[in-house]
Amino acid sequence: MTALLPRRGLAQILALIVILAVDRVVSPQFFDLRLQDGRLFGSLIDVLNRGTPVALLSLGMVLVIATRGIDLSVGAVMAICGAIAASLADTHSLPVVLAAALGAGLACGLWNGFLVAVLGMQPIVATLILMVAGRGIAQLITEGRIVTFSSPDLVWLGNGAVLGLPVPVAIALGMVILTGVVVRGSALGLLIEATGGNARASELAGVGTRAMILAVYVWCGVCAALAGVIAAADIMGADANNAGLWLELDAILAVVIGGTSLFGGRFSLVLAVLGALIIQTMNTGILLSGYPPEFNLLVKAVVVLAVLLLQSPKLTGFAGIVARLRRTKA
Amino acid sequence: MKGLPPVLITAIVLVAGFVLCAVQFPNIASTRVVGNLLTDNAFLGIVATGMTFVIISGGIDLSVGSVIGFTTVFVALAIDRWGMPPLVAFVAILALSAAFGAAMGAVIHVFDLPPFIVTLAGMFLARGASFLLSTESVPITAPVYSTVSDFALRMPGGGRLTAIAIIMLVIVIGGALLLHLTRFGANVYALGGSRAAASLMGVAVGKMTVKIYMLSSLLAGIAGIVFSFYTSAGYSLSAVGVELDTIAAVVIGGTLLTGGQGSVIGTFLGVLIQGLIQTYINFDGTLSSWWTKIATGVLLFAFIALQQGLVALARRPVRKSLGAAT
Repeated sequence: MTALLPRRGLAQILALIVILAVDRVVSPQFFDLRLQDGRLFGSLIDVLNRGTPVALLSLGMVLVIATRGIDLSVGAVMAICGAIAASLADTHSLPVVLAAALGAGLACGLWNGFLVAVLGMQPIVATLILMVAGRGIAQLITEGRIVTFSSPDLVWLGNGAVLGLPVPVAIALGMVILTGVVVRGSALGLLIEATGGNARASELAGVGTRAMILAVYVWCGVCAALAGVIAAADIMGADANNAGLWLELDAILAVVIGGTSLFGGRFSLVLAVLGALIIQTMNTGILLSGYPPEFNLLVKAVVVLAVLLLQSPKLTGFAGIVARLRRTKA
Repeated sequence: MKGLPPVLITAIVLVAGFVLCAVQFPNIASTRVVGNLLTDNAFLGIVATGMTFVIISGGIDLSVGSVIGFTTVFVALAIDRWGMPPLVAFVAILALSAAFGAAMGAVIHVFDLPPFIVTLAGMFLARGASFLLSTESVPITAPVYSTVSDFALRMPGGGRLTAIAIIMLVIVIGGALLLHLTRFGANVYALGGSRAAASLMGVAVGKMTVKIYMLSSLLAGIAGIVFSFYTSAGYSLSAVGVELDTIAAVVIGGTLLTGGQGSVIGTFLGVLIQGLIQTYINFDGTLSSWWTKIATGVLLFAFIALQQGLVALARRPVRKSLGAAT
């Protein structure tokens, strides 16, 4: 597996390098970094910082997709947890705020997992329920207003620095390492892949598929909660209408760009996060180049289509035939 | 008989809901309110009819909201800025959206990709294209618009059946006939039941897939035109999130999201239920708009759980006789 990883990630790494190079051409100061007040500044750091929410979401999403599922509710969960964090921030200490927000994310994940694993609903449908209702719940918590706060602890979470890195980036990095160690350091990752590859066969082979499915949705909910808290801390407020809006699509896109098949059965955490960074580098590049941000959506659409076509089983079959024909001719 | 029980349940929920609302606010039970209900949800009814076909065939179309948005902007610009006669603009946009849907269907079939992700790309594409056309709200001042907006059939009790409500009703009825009485409709069910079996039975799966997504986008285009009549403007951010409302209406209407079962009439009732919730919240005045979302979510859950139960019940004897097959 580890031996295969570099070869599998080559396309993504190349894509990132190409996009970075384009960004460098568009904006000559792109790679400039400077240290100020114990924190690094520069476009690259900006890319990492802005990319954090989607990177966190894709970290949870990639595990869900590996089990052949999908979680449409992560954007709504972000809104709920951001709203909870923002409304508690000024009256409670940071641990309480974090516990409440992450607990809510866990509960949301548990709900999704329950619907999929226990009731046997289709993942798209099951998570659609929370996607629709979740934003309503978030607005219920904020009572339709944009809740602002000034608690320095929570603000630090969004704007502070650790060892020169912005706190959100440090958190995301920590989560990637934690998830990687837990999932790849044990047989858990393999069991998740087995569940996605063939749930029935894995169950007969003794894999607790229900527990696996439940666990990945819970983890996805927790990741989304963390992303929601960070997004709220970043703007020092919670906007139930717009927090995390359409980010579920970006997270799915990141996972797909990372080469994880939507049909489940295998996944790569690092490549999914790399996918999130690719999306953010594109966004930042478009902003820096002075094109209107509306181009973002078009570029994203083209990228999705290109990645999909590359992944398509039909096309790889076609490429194989072409390669074979060439070999026979030569 | 296929799909009848869920439709009946939807109808009962609608009637019960209506009666409950009418008990609390007697004014709801008037043709005026019903007329407004139809007018306000006209575009939703049209696009949900198309979505019903897609979902019964086992697919999903996330691009419809963006297609509506694109259509409103295109129509507004074409009529007011480029000086196209409204009819020409309508034909152009309908051809464009039909081609768009056909392209998505072709990609789904030829490259064997999940409809979810292909139509997601379509959603980005259409929304991005409408941003490129214009990011501001473009008012439409063509005389056709005021004539159509003013046109209405009087109903007894002072209600107005507006032109766009009539368009919606015609499309819903047409859709129901197409789905339930034609070979095309039967093929849609066959595709949703089992793609492989349908293909073996001689259904041209590729052609059907293209046609189904074409129909969905075409209806989204019509819904966009209706939406532009409704608001008399084109705005690139209009109808954001409508795909969710549409899917919710289809599911509440008793269509199985795994495909193979459902009806256009059920979808129409689902649209009305969503409209009724909105109307109730407007009448109440103290409830806030977010209760619509929560109520829709609860209804969605109730209906999906119900379907899950029905499917499990229906499968039980089969499972016993076949051992452990799913």
